[in-house]
Amino acid sequence: MNIVFERVSKVYPPGSVALEDISFSIDQGEFVSVVGKSGAGKTTLLKLLLAEEKPSSGRVLVDGGNIGGIRPSRLPDFRRKIGMVFQDYRLLPHKTAYENIAYVMEVMGAEEEEIARDVTEVLRIVGLSDRSDHFPDQLSGGEKQRVAIARALIHRPGVIVADEPTGNLDPYHTRDIIHLLLKINELGTTIILATHNKEVINRLGKRVLTLDQGRLIRDEQKGRFVI
Amino acid sequence: MFFVSLKRIARYGYQSFLRDKGSSMALLFIMVLTLSGATTLFLVRGATSFLVLALESRVDVSAYFLKETPEQNILDVQTQLLQLPEIRDVKYVSQEDALKKFTEANQNDPVILSSLQEVGRNPLLASLNIRTWEQGDYAKVVDALQRGDSASIIEKIDYQDRRPTIEKIGALTTGIQTIGFLVVLLFGIAVVLVAFNTTRLAIYHARKEIEVMRLVGASNAFIRGPFFMQGAMIGVIASIVTTLLFMVPVFLISGFVERLLPGFNLAGYFLSNIFLILLLQLVLGIGLGVLSAAIAMRRYLEV
Ligand SMILES: Nc1ncnc2c1ncn2[C@@H]1O[C@H](COP(=O)(O)OP(=O)(O)OP(=O)(O)O)[C@@H](O)[C@H]1O
Ligand SMILES: [Mg+2]
Repeated sequence: MNIVFERVSKVYPPGSVALEDISFSIDQGEFVSVVGKSGAGKTTLLKLLLAEEKPSSGRVLVDGGNIGGIRPSRLPDFRRKIGMVFQDYRLLPHKTAYENIAYVMEVMGAEEEEIARDVTEVLRIVGLSDRSDHFPDQLSGGEKQRVAIARALIHRPGVIVADEPTGNLDPYHTRDIIHLLLKINELGTTIILATHNKEVINRLGKRVLTLDQGRLIRDEQKGRFVI
Repeated sequence: MFFVSLKRIARYGYQSFLRDKGSSMALLFIMVLTLSGATTLFLVRGATSFLVLALESRVDVSAYFLKETPEQNILDVQTQLLQLPEIRDVKYVSQEDALKKFTEANQNDPVILSSLQEVGRNPLLASLNIRTWEQGDYAKVVDALQRGDSASIIEKIDYQDRRPTIEKIGALTTGIQTIGFLVVLLFGIAVVLVAFNTTRLAIYHARKEIEVMRLVGASNAFIRGPFFMQGAMIGVIASIVTTLLFMVPVFLISGFVERLLPGFNLAGYFLSNIFLILLLQLVLGIGLGVLSAAIAMRRYLEV
């Protein structure tokens, strides 16, 4: 999937400017980190990519198609190609960890056995095999975050968008998750990672987009965390 | 793929039905009331149509023949009558048959039986019992009997105009049905309102969830399906509950109804129509449940 932001601005009504004149492009298979202070516009940028918000001006192009103007009936198919880890997890509160992850495959019409096999496997990968029957409010912050990550991986999307996926994880789990994302990236999946975590960025040595007050102030191929 | 999704939607609907017990129960209750109204209407209809049928099938005209009339003459009259297009059937009752019936009908009345004995011979007359197709045609039959050759051998003609009674029952039936229909309609509207409100609240409470479902790629059908399924499920449960609820009172009052309306067995009627009744309730229940969910979603679940 080829992603292009073309002079994108986002103003939340009445007048809060979250992004201003942002342009960049991401090719399939890249690993891109988005960094910036709190309120810099990272989450907004990711929301535009998932068509959760529409740009106030400019265009977000995915494989040449304008996502801002996508027809509602096409949205489900589009979103199934992206795995999203939300900053606030956004797990379904009335579904167990297992069901939350399975839901993504269920909406795609996957077979029951396939779902059972894959969900069990991904729960093992994120280290939550023994928590599969817990509801979100029976899970710790870090556990919820790992369920959210599992949900983003489960259907092997072409692009994984992760908004602060390690915010609630200890260094041990953080290393695991980043390692996992790198491995998935090696298999050809695009990873877009928004984070505050300086150590993570510096250790990655991958492309970094730096936002400051809604503007893209730096775009470096082997970036470091500099704010 | 379609059936896999349908199965999943059914499961989600079932889950949310169980999770949201309070509003499910309220809806179930009012739905049962509505279906009960409809079922009562069905039973009343059955009883009145039985009554009308019973009245219509009674003998319209009876012609009694003079004592010494040879049987063959009476049978000739019968043949002639059967040629009239208005006539449905003509039954010959000989003197002996009449006596037998009379004795049977009065077998518990020793006074009558003994006075019959005293008379010593058969005091009853042979008769033709005539039924016409249309209630109003009895006059023509009477006319034909009085004018033809048969007039000389006829002792007397009995007839009854049952039209006013039937019309009265007809009016009563229409009245009952109209009122019943209005009551059912009223309940039906209440069901739609309650179900609508239930779905609206459910959508409101679940709006964040619905947003997340959308973000992970759930289609509209996948999001709406469970709400429909929940409405339909309440319709199904309400139908079963109503049918079961009716069993007891129907059997209890069946005897009473039989005394009012001899020959009409309410319990039997209920049982022999139970699948039709259940079907009627299912159609009504599922229809109302799904309809109200659809209205709520149209208003509150923007695409
Ligand atoms: N729905 C909204 N309505 C109004 N303003 C908003 C809305 N969402 C975000 N903003 C504003 O837009 C700006 C960017 O927010 P955003 O959530 O993109 O920041 P962020 O970089 O993700 O921050 P953090 O690191 O804290 O998650 C902030 O100033 C925020 O207050
Ligand atoms: Mg954010």
